[in-house]
Amino acid sequence: MLRIKDLVVKVEDKEILKGVNLEVNAGEVHAIMGPNGSGKSTLANVIAGKEGYEIVSGEIYFKDINLLELPPEERARLGIFMAFQYPVEIPGISNATLLKTAINEIRKARGEEELDAMEFLSLMREKIKLLEMSEEMLSRSVNTGFSGGEKKRNEIFQMLMIEPKLAVLDETDSGLDIDALKIVANGVNLLRKDMNDRAIIVVTHYQRLLNYIVPDFVHVLYDGRIVKSGSKELALELEAKGYDWIKSEDKITV
Amino acid sequence: MQNETVDLNQLALQEYKYGFYTDIEMETFPKGLNENIIRMLSEKKGEPEWMTEWRLKAYRAWLKMEEPHWANVYYPPIDYQDIRYYAAPKKRPLKSLDEADPELLRTFEKLGIPLEEQKRLAGVAVDAVFDSVSVATTYKEKLAELGIIFCSMSEAIREHPELVKKYLGSVVPPTDNFFAALNSAVFSDGSFVYIPKGVRCPMELSTYFRINANETGQFERTLIIADEGSYVSYLEGCTAPMRDENQLHAAVVELIALDNAEIKYSTVQNWYPGDKEGKGGIYNFVTKRGIAKGKHSKISWTQVETGSAITWKYPSVILQGDYSVGEFYSVAMTNHRQQADTGTKMIHIGKHTRSTIVSKGISAGESNNSYRGLVKILPNAEHARNFSQCDSLLIGDRCGAHTFPYLEVNNPTARVEHEATTSKIGEDQIFYLNQRGISKEDAISLIVNGYCKEVILELPMEFAVEASKLLSISLEGSVG
Repeated sequence: MLRIKDLVVKVEDKEILKGVNLEVNAGEVHAIMGPNGSGKSTLANVIAGKEGYEIVSGEIYFKDINLLELPPEERARLGIFMAFQYPVEIPGISNATLLKTAINEIRKARGEEELDAMEFLSLMREKIKLLEMSEEMLSRSVNTGFSGGEKKRNEIFQMLMIEPKLAVLDETDSGLDIDALKIVANGVNLLRKDMNDRAIIVVTHYQRLLNYIVPDFVHVLYDGRIVKSGSKELALELEAKGYDWIKSEDKITV
Repeated sequence: MQNETVDLNQLALQEYKYGFYTDIEMETFPKGLNENIIRMLSEKKGEPEWMTEWRLKAYRAWLKMEEPHWANVYYPPIDYQDIRYYAAPKKRPLKSLDEADPELLRTFEKLGIPLEEQKRLAGVAVDAVFDSVSVATTYKEKLAELGIIFCSMSEAIREHPELVKKYLGSVVPPTDNFFAALNSAVFSDGSFVYIPKGVRCPMELSTYFRINANETGQFERTLIIADEGSYVSYLEGCTAPMRDENQLHAAVVELIALDNAEIKYSTVQNWYPGDKEGKGGIYNFVTKRGIAKGKHSKISWTQVETGSAITWKYPSVILQGDYSVGEFYSVAMTNHRQQADTGTKMIHIGKHTRSTIVSKGISAGESNNSYRGLVKILPNAEHARNFSQCDSLLIGDRCGAHTFPYLEVNNPTARVEHEATTSKIGEDQIFYLNQRGISKEDAISLIVNGYCKEVILELPMEFAVEASKLLSISLEGSVG
């Protein structure tokens, strides 16, 4: 589904990703772990198509489509969704308006009819309950005045509404208490019920989230490279030994 | 990427879709301004002697006045002798539209204002002003059945001199300011509305101003009188051809609301703003003022300003009647090199008077947008209340937004609140919306329309949709 090959990315002349390779197939959940500054968020942003990153070399293919040639909105319309680490506030646009516009743009791109207003409303009501958020939030401006935890839940709510093919969760666990973490993880696991044409990438610093969203594969990103890949046990090992373990191993392999 | 480039090019082409010029036989005055020109104008319009004298008095006062330069706008000096003060189509309908030059009718149809009986807009009566003259007023007879007078200013001076004499210049005196004095001397047409006692005007009244001739200024005058217990909603729209030269538009609007009367005045201003480099465009120097004269009367200004190279305008309300209400809802958007200095004045004289100001400025490109407002509570205005909210939205980092609120409170029982915010459409907001499948242009238009919602909702329904579209179009090309 997603194929990243030898990806080298610079930000303001500094090389952040130094040759990343990653292959994600439909049905799989991948976790990307790594210490601060290892390039995790850069990788997520580059997949989503954020400006300000210089792609020096390498490629990103999504279902045989060259993503690097597409602006972010077209990537989104292909089914790529990013849950932001820091969701921005957008005063004046209600959550309902945002979702309706987003879903209809995506449907339009797929040659599908726009969603009927009533159908859309009942769908929103159904999904918002799953995240234990109040319906009143639908008419509030996007993320405006939301607490950190509410913002993260709102990201997952949007994800459940949009039902993406590839979901990239960027540090969705940061700033969440354990109850909120469980709710968010539950949301992600709902999406997991139908993985027929779907994959999920979970970017995180801590192993904690992976107790609730159990990955099929774990990769360790360190200094712009994926230095270690393995099964879910790798996350536990990391938690136990800390990132210093990777650092020392890294030195040995170099 | 290929597709996107094509789309953006297409968008750029339709940026100002009213920029066409109508080739039509015109009758014009030579350039320049002197007493002779004013006499010629007055004679041309078949005006009575008192009107000619009124104009000349204003002209003589104007000669002694100086052009104001306190606004936060910059432009080269205007040569008032290099402007034509009268231009009118030769063949215009006097009795029926059959007499009109077909080009004239086609022009208004192209602007979306069909004048022929069978094509007229439903629910909206229109006075169409082309350069210096009113060319047609629709639904006149139907309104007359209710005693409503809706006609051109020229006709009002001839047919209803008692009303004109009583009210013309009563809110904006000829010597009020430089541009008002100039207008009083040379105004060529405009609309006149009188709503009799207790009548609720059943349709929107609207004037559409079109500047067409080159090197000509447009100076129109609008006078609306709402008699006791009456109601009227009035809307003006305006466009002009794209030209490299600047053209002057100096209008005066006066509103009078008597006891329990309400006037709702809406403007969708879309004069040609000039090109991206700031060449050409209309100088829009306008004086608009209403007096809420009677008890429990109400005057409400709503404006959506997207056009003009320079806008200098402060629709104001004098709250004279006890319990009278004044409102000002404004969206002023500037893009490229446009400049706007706009706002309002609320003068509280009567007891228990209330005013509300909601101003939304949007600046993009290299434009400059200023809000300037005065709230004045006079000593006798017991329990007056004002609420002001002035928000500025910046798009990009080369534009400017400024707020100049003035408060003069001379009564201790007054309650005055002022809120101001400045925000910026950030790259992060755009990317967030992009990531949800929404294009950059749509993202900006969503944010802007959300930001202006409060004001747009004040517009008559028929025009709210138009105004939203206009805001989106005016922003095209504002983000790189």
